[in-house]
Amino acid sequence: MTVGTDDLKALTADQVVDARGTSCPGPILAAKKGIRTVPVGGVMEVLATDSGTLKDLPAWSAKMGHDFLGSLEEAGYLRLFLRKMK
Amino acid sequence: MGTGRKTIIVFSGEFDKVMAAFVIANGAAAMDDEVTMFFTFWGLNALRRPEKVTVNGKTLVQRAFAWMMPRGPERLSLSQMNFAGAGPKLMKRVMRQANVMPLQELITEAREQGVKMVACTMSMDVMGLLKEELIDGLEYAGVASYLADADQSNVNLFI
Repeated sequence: MTVGTDDLKALTADQVVDARGTSCPGPILAAKKGIRTVPVGGVMEVLATDSGTLKDLPAWSAKMGHDFLGSLEEAGYLRLFLRKMK
Repeated sequence: MGTGRKTIIVFSGEFDKVMAAFVIANGAAAMDDEVTMFFTFWGLNALRRPEKVTVNGKTLVQRAFAWMMPRGPERLSLSQMNFAGAGPKLMKRVMRQANVMPLQELITEAREQGVKMVACTMSMDVMGLLKEELIDGLEYAGVASYLADADQSNVNLFI
């Protein structure tokens, strides 16, 4: 379930994973590693520069059973948010 | 682990194809799938140790094979535009600039993620490759064990 831009901006992530500068499959590998320390119900934010991450992280989230919340575009990189569901 | 299983046959020994196989394997493992990579024929060269390994008991043909085939991921050629070895160098430089993980790192990462790597013993016999010449942490098996894994798999690739 995606949420609006303003809601995303207001989110405080429990964990920020910086995968900027890495290419596929770097952001997904980073997400896999980062999610371990996020509490269930907590929010993980992934920073990425590979534009494919816009498709890949939602797919990863769905497969892993987490809620992809949406993304924000910053200057030169992306911020992607998901909620750990289990 | 355990939401699904993927099986990948790595038949080719070219840098780009092996690279594709390991990107997919790592992606699947990151999505909590169990992954089996079955290395056969030229694909075995990706698992060779980079250094020369002296082993006894090989026939002349087997020694020639071992000498002519690339030792490990750094020495693989490209499937297109190899240009006698200039192609892979250029490709690796371009990949570095694009921050793509090097093949060696993808292999290490796959291993850390628990990807099962199986060397085909029949191909090893044909090509005269011994366990001593391949990297650690491999399983050694044949077609039945690959098929047993493939039976449980919902994606099967032949690369």
